[in-house]
Amino acid sequence: MEGIIGRKAGMTQIFGKEGEFIPVTVIEAGPCPIAQVKTAQKEGYNALQLAFGQKRKTLFNKPSIGHFEKAKIEPKRFLREFRTDKPDKQLEPGKEIKVDLFTVGEKVDVTGVSKGLGFQGVVRRHKFRGGPKTHGQSDRLRAPGSIGSSSFPSRTFKGQRMAGRMGNERVTVLNLEVVGVDLEKNMLLVRGAVPGKKNAILLVKKSKRR
Amino acid sequence: MDLVSAVEGKYLKEKKVDFKPGDTIKVHVRIKEGDKERIQIFEGAVIQKRGKGVSQTFTVRKLSSGVGVERVFPMHSPFLANIEVIKKGKVKRAKLFYLRKMRGKAAKIKEMEKEEGKKEGEVKE
Repeated sequence: MEGIIGRKAGMTQIFGKEGEFIPVTVIEAGPCPIAQVKTAQKEGYNALQLAFGQKRKTLFNKPSIGHFEKAKIEPKRFLREFRTDKPDKQLEPGKEIKVDLFTVGEKVDVTGVSKGLGFQGVVRRHKFRGGPKTHGQSDRLRAPGSIGSSSFPSRTFKGQRMAGRMGNERVTVLNLEVVGVDLEKNMLLVRGAVPGKKNAILLVKKSKRR
Repeated sequence: MDLVSAVEGKYLKEKKVDFKPGDTIKVHVRIKEGDKERIQIFEGAVIQKRGKGVSQTFTVRKLSSGVGVERVFPMHSPFLANIEVIKKGKVKRAKLFYLRKMRGKAAKIKEMEKEEGKKEGEVKE
């Protein structure tokens, strides 16, 4: 499984071959130096640890600087792991992974943290239909309805969908088409929307299901 | 936002045609038929302009054998060959949706008098 860390730059539209609009998300992806190669022998699983993003030098603590020095790379703000099937000898600490990992037309999975929407009712959070507007109803328009039976079982089942905090969770969007790769600008164009708000950190992987 | 505008910049047209809602324009549309390409003209009144940047669109309305036909064109579409302004209209609003209910003489847009046109041009500069 190959992937790269990116930053969501925003969304826009571009023109397709037929002159149609294509909604795209612009992702600033990489370059990501490899900070550590994890192997099954040593760490118990195979993975690549990538680094991405800037942070002021003074904000790094000594242990983390040591970690970056070990790989002989500049200290970066984010460290993220990508699981790999087996260790690739060409990929060693210090090597950079860039957007040319992806080609136009390929499918990718994008993982990020969705926008935090706060406390939301059941209609918005779980797409309930709410109650009827008329026929003598009051205060029922966005109500959740029944949350269970009566004397049996005398309790509400776990997992019953109710109002509560929405968003701000890890979400993966599968099979997004790559519509543009710009190695010079470290830019990736992906068809459609991606979790999170602008400047959110994203993990872009080659699609699992093809 | 910098990367986003870089992406949009590639698709923006350099040449801008100055027209407003109320103007009568001819839109030259490239149409692909197999390998051949030809140009079709859609002539009518501009009833709205909306959006900005690459996403900007405008709507042109015309009467085609008694039936109102509206077409929305992306301003920066690569399939727009040319836009000709035929008449400058004198209208009092930015969206002319009220024209949809009008028939015959009521649906006519008054033409901008020349002097007024000049004055407006001066203000813009």
